[in-house]
Amino acid sequence: MSKNFRSDVDVIEWTGRQRPYDILKEGAIALLVITILTLTLAIIYGSPDDPSITIKKWSNAAPTDFALTAVSELNGTSTTGSYGPPYNHAATGQTIGPVNLVKTVGVRIPIDTANDFVVSPLKALPYQADLHQSLVNWNNASDATRAIWVTNYSDASSKMTFTNGQIVVPTTTAGPVPIMINNLTAMARSGALDESLISNNSFYTTDFTKTLLFISDGSYLADAADKQHLSGSQWGMMNETGSYPGQAWLWLYSFWYQIPPFNASENADALVWALMMFLTVLMVFVPFIPGIRSIPRKTRVYRLIWRDHYKS
Amino acid sequence: MSSVEIERQWTTRLRKRVEGKLPPEKVLPDTQPSYVASWIYVFGVATLTSFILVLVTGCVLAIRGPQWWHESSYGHFVNSLHLWSVEIFFFSMVIHLWGKYFMAAWRGGRQLTWMTGGITFLVSIAAGFTGYVSQSNFDSQWISTQAKDGINATGAGAYFNVLNLGQMLMWHIVLLPLVAVLLTTIHVVMVRIKGVVPPFADDKKAA
Repeated sequence: MSKNFRSDVDVIEWTGRQRPYDILKEGAIALLVITILTLTLAIIYGSPDDPSITIKKWSNAAPTDFALTAVSELNGTSTTGSYGPPYNHAATGQTIGPVNLVKTVGVRIPIDTANDFVVSPLKALPYQADLHQSLVNWNNASDATRAIWVTNYSDASSKMTFTNGQIVVPTTTAGPVPIMINNLTAMARSGALDESLISNNSFYTTDFTKTLLFISDGSYLADAADKQHLSGSQWGMMNETGSYPGQAWLWLYSFWYQIPPFNASENADALVWALMMFLTVLMVFVPFIPGIRSIPRKTRVYRLIWRDHYKS
Repeated sequence: MSSVEIERQWTTRLRKRVEGKLPPEKVLPDTQPSYVASWIYVFGVATLTSFILVLVTGCVLAIRGPQWWHESSYGHFVNSLHLWSVEIFFFSMVIHLWGKYFMAAWRGGRQLTWMTGGITFLVSIAAGFTGYVSQSNFDSQWISTQAKDGINATGAGAYFNVLNLGQMLMWHIVLLPLVAVLLTTIHVVMVRIKGVVPPFADDKKAA
């Protein structure tokens, strides 16, 4: 062995004994075993397929939650309305130290929650005099007037009820907002809002961005997920409905969200991603990192792996 | 054409290079070094074979389209096969990866073999994730609306929109499998060229 031999980098190529090895037979047996194992697991456990939550389902099951969410879309206080890039300019987005990649990239999927989620769908409804007048009033009003209407409606919405198929809020100072919210709720309960948001003026579509954002702004989806142990504090998206393993390989990503400082940081997503990118680079470049590449030699786990070799 | 001209052809050069690096006895070996006898090697083969099952079951699902498995019990069963082959694939790959780490399998000029394996693991995670958000059911709704925040925080969400089913499905069934198959092929070819890493040479000195 030369003086320059580095145990964690170099090897003495094997010149010792060889043993018979039928690579095709091994591959065929492995394929058979894995196929049988897969078939067994699929037959015994199947796979989950809980139906999607539609706006129709949500607004029928929880009409006031839907109506309150619609109000928050109207004044831009919903999660989407106050999100920032890539949807709007309402916030600056998360940072990694001084770096704000979100702001640099900018608004690429523009969403105006008031217009996209409330006003435009209402305009697509068949003509009704009171709704038409309400939309005209909304359209002609200044931003300040609109804000006063929505604020007055929001202030009274703690007494919101759903009675005889109508959203009822005891206020007379909310301008056209009560009629708009009532009509949007009725539209949602009929399924027409799903169609309006999904189709987005096109017959064919595969983009559900607006519908998913609107649904996730309410609490109905989150409550359903919580019951299925899918919330962020329950290791979130690495799980799936039922007792299935889900994306267990995302455990490290989900883990950071459970501990300080990430679980209390407003920049948690950016920080966790930055950390995971760092760890990923570390993993890929392990062969070149002194110290980390020496751990296998020092821990001697290889003795267990090559037990027979070292025994002989 | 002179023999010198033939020798200079790109095709001739490539063929000779491939023949030199990967002769038939390396592609389809009938012997292995005696140290290649451990339970850990099972997981490399299991990763490869479960990957084949993932591709086959995925192709069957693709033939009938994304709605099929929601409407047909046979389709649902194929989806179950797809799911469990994916679970076995990741289980095997993670053990394979840790096994290779503790064998320091990058030694002897095998760094690129390690790196292609590591990148394949990452591409596989992306492929699995896009599969989960393409299911068009409650799981995909929840996972995509949660995952968007992380991806948006990097700025990538502007171009990789997890709420766009069509985009995610294309990544899942075309782009990422292409990359995964390409990387896996390179990884396996490298293993065949370089052979399986030998144990640490001098155990007493190594320790």
